[in-house]
Amino acid sequence: MNDLKAQIIEQLNLQEVTPENIGNDQPLFSKEGLGLDSIDALELIVLLQQHYNIRITNPDDGPKIFHSVRSMAEYISANQTIQA
Amino acid sequence: MSEKVWIAGGGVISGIGLNLQSCLQSFRDNKPGMTAMQYLSSVHRATFPVAEVKADNATLADLARMPEDISRTALLSMIAAREAWESSGLGDISQYRVAFVSGNTVGGMDKTEDFFTEYLKNPSGGRLRQVVHHECGSITELVADMLGVRHHLATISTACSSGANALMYGSRLIKSNQVDVVIAGGTDALTRFTLNGFNTLMILDQQACRPFDETRTGLNLGEGAGYVVMVSDSLAAQIQPWCRLSGFGNANDAYHQTASSPDGTGNYLAMKAALDRSGLQPQQIGYINLHGTGTQNNDVAEGLAIDKLFAPSFPLVSSTKSFTGHTLGASGGIEAVFSALSVKEGIVYPNARFMHQMKEIPFAPETQFSTGHNFQHVMSNSFGFGGNCSSLIFSKA
Amino acid sequence: MNIYINGTGCVSPQLTAQGGPLLGTLKEYEQVRLAVVDPDYKQWIDLKQIRRMSRIVKMGVAAANLSLESAGLSTPDAIITGTAYGCLDDTGVFLTKMVNQQEEMLTPTAFIQSTHNTVAGQIALLLQCHGYNNTFVHRGFSFENALVDAILILGEGSAENILVGGMDEITNHSHQILSRFGIYKKAPVKTMDLLNSPEPGTIAGEGAAFLTLSNTKGPGCTTMLTGVSTLYKPLWEGEVIGHIVKFLESNNCTPEDIDLLVTGRNGDIDQDEMYEEVAAALFPDHPEACFKHLCGEYPTATAFGTWMANALIAEQTVPEAAMFYGNPPEKINKILLYNHHQGTHHSFILLSHVE
Repeated sequence: MNDLKAQIIEQLNLQEVTPENIGNDQPLFSKEGLGLDSIDALELIVLLQQHYNIRITNPDDGPKIFHSVRSMAEYISANQTIQA
Repeated sequence: MSEKVWIAGGGVISGIGLNLQSCLQSFRDNKPGMTAMQYLSSVHRATFPVAEVKADNATLADLARMPEDISRTALLSMIAAREAWESSGLGDISQYRVAFVSGNTVGGMDKTEDFFTEYLKNPSGGRLRQVVHHECGSITELVADMLGVRHHLATISTACSSGANALMYGSRLIKSNQVDVVIAGGTDALTRFTLNGFNTLMILDQQACRPFDETRTGLNLGEGAGYVVMVSDSLAAQIQPWCRLSGFGNANDAYHQTASSPDGTGNYLAMKAALDRSGLQPQQIGYINLHGTGTQNNDVAEGLAIDKLFAPSFPLVSSTKSFTGHTLGASGGIEAVFSALSVKEGIVYPNARFMHQMKEIPFAPETQFSTGHNFQHVMSNSFGFGGNCSSLIFSKA
Repeated sequence: MNIYINGTGCVSPQLTAQGGPLLGTLKEYEQVRLAVVDPDYKQWIDLKQIRRMSRIVKMGVAAANLSLESAGLSTPDAIITGTAYGCLDDTGVFLTKMVNQQEEMLTPTAFIQSTHNTVAGQIALLLQCHGYNNTFVHRGFSFENALVDAILILGEGSAENILVGGMDEITNHSHQILSRFGIYKKAPVKTMDLLNSPEPGTIAGEGAAFLTLSNTKGPGCTTMLTGVSTLYKPLWEGEVIGHIVKFLESNNCTPEDIDLLVTGRNGDIDQDEMYEEVAAALFPDHPEACFKHLCGEYPTATAFGTWMANALIAEQTVPEAAMFYGNPPEKINKILLYNHHQGTHHSFILLSHVE
């Protein structure tokens, strides 16, 4: 999950945030969590496509999948196709 | 000083016609302009329908009497601006103090994209003539130079409300006696840049869009240009003007970089400001040409704002973007012409493909073309990225 | 009606964002591309928002905030910006990825931030300002159009305080491409020698400058914006001279009433000739100050010029680094700022001192 956190930080250009700052279950989108917004959700969709070859076509699926780093990781392992 | 600002004529080129009359015929025949891409070259050609102007650049250049290798944005602008001028019956343009105020968002991006393909391979690659008119303002000048307008030039870029804001600025120029005549509106050509940009936002519909329908899933991009000719009282007395621009409102949603606030705060403020400026009550508006893009978020925000302002009695409404697609910087200009003509001739434009009532609002768009309405006042909405919301009101003399 | 400049803010290649006397510490360069001196943007923008902002957005937001602070205002009634090139950096990022990735796997952030109204929209968002919001993008008239819009709105009385600004940024791509048009010097030149350079070409610049305009005079106000005019593609210098005479007349003054001429000389021997002609015809004995050796050439450089002219009136003195011809006037009541951009876009801004 640390790799995933680093990828999120890079994709979203989160300044002064390190992977250690992000809890596995910390909500990514609520104010108490990282406070991400709808543009970030679209960025994360591209992240999944780029790094894990997973395509999300309906942006409404975002909130469920991107609830926390753990929910993202679970979604990735459930949906990742084997890559060369 | 001019008390009032009059609309003396208008011109439109869009995905449903190369001039205003042919656009009207498409509304009458219920023939929207969305098709598979024919002129724009993109890997998404088979995925997203678009409302292209049905002519290649060579044909447009002939119509515009301009060179074929300049930006399509300028060709479209020239064709509609000249139609607008000629419809006004004002004659020789050089006898007036004239301003050309044009909105656009892409400038010469269609040519810059081609340039960049070569330039990225090699920094000295690409022909410079492809980027010389990249700037939005350069598009305006190409057309102004052709028209013979020198007195005042301005280009406005406030995303999807650019064309509407051009009419506002034009109105101020006339009222303050800076000029006698303003040609105001907007232009935008389809480009890969905007197509891919809207695709990243996941708000492009893979079918023909369904504005104000419960099942809507996004917008279709379009292209075109639309201009009105605005004149002062003294010039209006010499011709038969269509109607007046009686009011306008401009507000910022200040909610999000691209999305509308859930309750349409900026939309409400812009419409309210337009009503206040024209001294009207909501029930005096006969028809609203909606912003109506077809995205989930845009339509619910606009719908709720209209509900808040107009309930319990609603004017007739429709989104002509269901025919022309979303023409971005041109839309405010194109829809200003449609709205001005609506007041003049009592026209209501159809909202194509409406089937399912939106659950958030108590009113529905008109689905049939109709004439013979006796409208005193018609509103045109244009809301865009950056929170830029604008609303115009056209009124009978 | 009088229009007062109640506050100003500027981010530029000079140390203009930190306060203190005008050009108190002069920044001198020897290069053909000047970059702004970045203030600490975090004093105005929190980390969550700053992460998506390109330089032009940050410098615009900073200059807007400085202008409001100096006017003692938290939120204006309207925000109007002028930018010729818009958000070039994000445009270049999105365009490059689009070409290199063959239109696949693109992300929204650069596209969203590439629109020309991004700066005005971000300022509105940060200030929660729901008022009038507009962006002009007309080459060398972008800032001037924004000023005209503001003057007309103040005149009709639909707003009391308007934030007006001009900004443009240089990027690697834009500099590379503009250089190919041959508009810059072939070799680096010392900025303090630029205006006497015997060759064609100028130096590239960038920056953001804002004014807070109002129809009521604020406590720190020293200057009125008396008039703005533009002239597109004059046929010859006589047309420019005639236009200036008429412009001054319409503002009830003559060349004799001008205490200081501020011109947009940029060190390009071909382009500066127009300033020579105008000065010789109308202002032969007038002191002249310049600003593009301080900020570089760009289409909205007149925003910097206006910011500087306001400071000259406020301080009633002209720093040596800004003087071009003659001696600083003893009293600066009226300044005429005359600029042309590439010989096609001429603009005239008249500022007057208020007690």
